[in-house]
Amino acid sequence: MSEPTAPDQTLPLDSWHRAQGGRMVSFAGYAMPIQYEGIMAEHRWTRESAGLFDVSHMGQLLIAGPDSEKALERFLPADLALVKEAGLRYSLLLAESGGILDDLMITRRGDHWYMVVNGATKHDDIENMVSRLPRNVVIDHMKEQALLALQGPKSAEVMTRLAPGAAELGFMQGGAFELDGVRAWISRSGYTGEDGFEISIPANKAEQVAALLTDQAEVKPIGLGARDSLRLEAGLPLYGHDLDPSTTPVEAGLTFAISKRRRAEGGFAGWERIMAELANGPVRRRVGLSVEGRQPVREGAMVVDGEGNEVGKVTSGGFSPMLEAPIAMAYVPTALAETGSGIEIASRGKIYRAKVAPMPFVPHRYQRKGAA
Amino acid sequence: MSVYYTEEHEWIRTDDDGGADSVATVGITDFAQNQLGDIVFVEVPEAGRQVAKGGDAAVVESVKAASDVYAPVSGEVVEGNAALTDDPSLVNSDPEGEGWFFKIRLSDPSELEGLMDADAYKSFCDSQ
Repeated sequence: MSEPTAPDQTLPLDSWHRAQGGRMVSFAGYAMPIQYEGIMAEHRWTRESAGLFDVSHMGQLLIAGPDSEKALERFLPADLALVKEAGLRYSLLLAESGGILDDLMITRRGDHWYMVVNGATKHDDIENMVSRLPRNVVIDHMKEQALLALQGPKSAEVMTRLAPGAAELGFMQGGAFELDGVRAWISRSGYTGEDGFEISIPANKAEQVAALLTDQAEVKPIGLGARDSLRLEAGLPLYGHDLDPSTTPVEAGLTFAISKRRRAEGGFAGWERIMAELANGPVRRRVGLSVEGRQPVREGAMVVDGEGNEVGKVTSGGFSPMLEAPIAMAYVPTALAETGSGIEIASRGKIYRAKVAPMPFVPHRYQRKGAA
Repeated sequence: MSVYYTEEHEWIRTDDDGGADSVATVGITDFAQNQLGDIVFVEVPEAGRQVAKGGDAAVVESVKAASDVYAPVSGEVVEGNAALTDDPSLVNSDPEGEGWFFKIRLSDPSELEGLMDADAYKSFCDSQ
């Protein structure tokens, strides 16, 4: 969440959001739209048609230098050698302890890497990486670049119309395109569980592109509120809530981000702890929860055992607009992490009953085309 | 019939003369439901429960967050709105009608005197 002390910065689309009826709140140090017409309606619109999200608060970085691949592998557990030109990988910025400092997307772009990191952590990430990279590997923070996400089953139709060729991309592939005469880096990716695209453009063109996209009948602007409920339904963890420096990739259920070669070779931050957890199992795991009844449990609620002792914590919780039921993510002891396990949650003086549920809660609909 | 409003964005409507033993209906205002957004759960108090002015009386949860609803006056709850259990969105669609929360028998009708009328409440909302 935002720092309470510093005044909020404004996004390139600040006045555009306000003109669209966006209700602005403080998030990650920025004034951002939490909703326009309403979270439920925006959520369902994204699952049925296409939604436009402004994610310009996120950090867009260029990383370049000799042997940058090997240097980045010191703290990213991905096998970067397997990342093809214009291919994206989800990865983690790891602390030496094996804790997660951030989650991110990294793309190979010719002689450099394009990395997108979380808005609330971007300055810390840069400082951290600068301190761990050799001097001849440099990071450029693209502060003059905006980032939009077009998400939903009709986003490919929209892109076919506006940026010819972009809809030929498969999931987790990117490329350079023109969108309304604007040079855009477009990738088929996102964080809603739907098919969709992320569009990096110069900040001074953001309003032009956002207006063109929302002029399309399939597209409405979508706020942070629905972004959160969409990613929760998709089972995707949110940094600062479901992931933090005290959680490891194994506890968080993100072992897919630790590539096979890296497991075998090791040599990355936190490797000893991560290898031990892979071999023996972690003491706790991130799980999805289906909560009985209609009342949501919220972040911070305690997972308790039969005697009322705290044994875990809810890290995200809300109401699923598609399932019309409360869902959550929590860290629970491994013994309770099996699908179907009964979980008790204490919050606001009440006990809530839940069951461990497989994630995603709502199936992903990514458009894969061969190997990314 | 008189309607009063609180700074916590509740309304309270007295169905008779507002004297001793009079029963009033309580809910949240249109301003409040608009601020909360889509309401997905409401817990209303059961009949017979004694509530004190300013004390917890109900819980309302939107997609975003949980909020407490405080009793605007003291008294005994005579009915909670059971319809909200099945359809909490009534609070969004008709906050000052079918989306009422509970009915209460006032123990101290003079507590109504400190509350706002519709004009004063409108000015209060405009200043928020």
